[in-house]
Amino acid sequence: MSVPLWMFLLVAAALFCLGIFTVLSRRNAIAILMGVELMLNAVNLNLVAFWRYRTEAGIIAERGGVAGQAFAVFVFIVAAAEVAVGLALVIAVYRSRQTVTAEDIDLLKG
Amino acid sequence: MPINLETIAFTLFAAMCVGGGLGVAVLRNLFHAALSLLLALFGAAGLFVLLSAPFLAMVQILVYMGAIAILILFVIMLTQQVIVPEPYNRQWVLGALAALVALGALFMVIAQLGGGDAPYLQPQPLAPEVSDSGIAALGSDLVDPGRYLVPFEVAGLLLTVALVGAISIARED
Amino acid sequence: MPNLPVAAEIGSGPNPDEPLSIIVAAVLILLIAMGTLIFNIWFERKQVARVQDRLGPNRVGPWGIFQTIADVLKLLTKEIIIPSQIDRLTYWLAPVLAVGAVIMIWAVVPLSPVAIGSDLNVGALYFISISSLGAVGVLAAGWGSNNKYALLGGLRVIAQMVSYEVPLMLSLLVPVMLAGSLSMQDIVDAQGAMWYFILAPVACLIFTTAGQAEVARAPFDLIEGESEIVAGHHIEYSGLAFAMFYLAEWLHSFTLSALCVTLFFGGWQGPFAVEVPALGLLWFFLKTYAGYFILNWLRYTVPRVRIDHMMSFNWKFLTPIALVVLVMTATLEKLWPALFPVDPGRPGFIQSLPRAGILFLANLVLVGVVIMILRQVARRERQRVEDLVDEGQYSAPAPMPEPVEV
Repeated sequence: MSVPLWMFLLVAAALFCLGIFTVLSRRNAIAILMGVELMLNAVNLNLVAFWRYRTEAGIIAERGGVAGQAFAVFVFIVAAAEVAVGLALVIAVYRSRQTVTAEDIDLLKG
Repeated sequence: MPINLETIAFTLFAAMCVGGGLGVAVLRNLFHAALSLLLALFGAAGLFVLLSAPFLAMVQILVYMGAIAILILFVIMLTQQVIVPEPYNRQWVLGALAALVALGALFMVIAQLGGGDAPYLQPQPLAPEVSDSGIAALGSDLVDPGRYLVPFEVAGLLLTVALVGAISIARED
Repeated sequence: MPNLPVAAEIGSGPNPDEPLSIIVAAVLILLIAMGTLIFNIWFERKQVARVQDRLGPNRVGPWGIFQTIADVLKLLTKEIIIPSQIDRLTYWLAPVLAVGAVIMIWAVVPLSPVAIGSDLNVGALYFISISSLGAVGVLAAGWGSNNKYALLGGLRVIAQMVSYEVPLMLSLLVPVMLAGSLSMQDIVDAQGAMWYFILAPVACLIFTTAGQAEVARAPFDLIEGESEIVAGHHIEYSGLAFAMFYLAEWLHSFTLSALCVTLFFGGWQGPFAVEVPALGLLWFFLKTYAGYFILNWLRYTVPRVRIDHMMSFNWKFLTPIALVVLVMTATLEKLWPALFPVDPGRPGFIQSLPRAGILFLANLVLVGVVIMILRQVARRERQRVEDLVDEGQYSAPAPMPEPVEV
């Protein structure tokens, strides 16, 4: 492998920050969910990159040496659950308020 | 960085990743933003392959692109609010600032690592007899009581709860 | 074949250190996919003509065999009509995605002991994830066309393709489990003594049914549904762009047959296939065309199902059975070596008989139980409708009039 670790980390950092910007600035609730997906992906990229570069040589593909991949699998599961519930909420809100703009969903505001 | 197949592939996938992410952040048309999310996810899958985690790359395409992104496209089609005059809220400058600060902080941490020449930053060699990049190890670790069995079962429970919850929330009654 | 750049030993694809071999392999796969397609369209048209008691193409060349080439030329020269209010990026991306997803599957289909695009160690997973990408193409077409029928077709895609992926994947896991590998070449290798159709007939049937729905061909062609939503997602496409969708559908159907053969019918396995790799290619295509024939036969015989029937068929019938088959196979796979200890290594035909016998019997029992449950359900449903008729809430359809003698 001729690509150094910091390049992968840089890509992940860029992805994470684009996710932060999307979540903080977009008005559409679906776009906010997409931003969260970007951030989770950046985390996964970091986990796998550190697994590949920092696990002790020799055990990297053996039992107990795949912690990075295992963590990434759990992130996948959480992301799937999050998106299912999140989109269900978006649909429910859209049905009652005819909007998916996050600011307009202010029923609890006094 | 020498120019070979691997670095070319890395550049391509990294560009897809970051370009797609940029599209998600700035594209006004929400459907295009979702398509560019697909691009970013595909780029990340390619990076997983380069990091010798092909299993995760395939799960990425299957779960993220085949299920999550398609669900997002579905809800966009259902709600139809694709192009709005004002895609950003009032605090978008603050949001951009926060993202830039985070990027700067992360960049400083990465810079602490130094260049790619430090010996501990070189990729670890895979054991020659293991040709499957740890797929079998990952499989047995996930159901090993001493390792990830409990989290794995809890994750299954979480998925079930999310499934039931999503259906009961989105259900018309 | 040591000098050819594509050639490699069993179980390995092109050499990653030689960029040229990757390009050659990619072009070959593309040529095989496209080349068979020209023939397949003629094959299917001839077959459907026979099913419907017609002659089929018979003007261009002997038996009309050059008809497809004439059709392709016609489609190439046709005007492409672009609607004015479309979403351009999405509209043009859709046909490319649809065709690309299908052709990418061929990268992991083992054509013979030495010919495979790339023997990924996650090949089976690759196939299922790439075929889920095809849905994006149809979805993009539905959205980009800015047409309500196309949109309806796109929404149906979600319902159909995403749901049918569940039994497809569960039944795919059965041969993966039997072979103990996700690599397609390993799965074929493991079927040297006994095809997995014998060991897992129910999984094979589920895979074919769910695959037919994934390909969206009759009886599951609700995405197009000419009588309801005109043509679904490709209603606004014409000329070459339409041809791309047409091509994707035809190729996907053939690919389904190829995958069925690879996973359940021994792929390239056949007499002397290991010694003469070219023979493997012959066996593979013979089996694939036999499978293709049966799939087309189904397509032109069974009428289209209703959409709610299709969804409940998936979630209440296919998915539970697929789960039961998976658990049953896993349990028996752990149990049978304890009952019939055999020496490890590559088993011959005789050695693999006990394992095959147990699994086949278990499948048979499962089929019996399923049929019994289905009879119960049908009897209850019939009783319910009869009760409704008795109460006068529901009028039974009038009996057919007697045929009139002329």
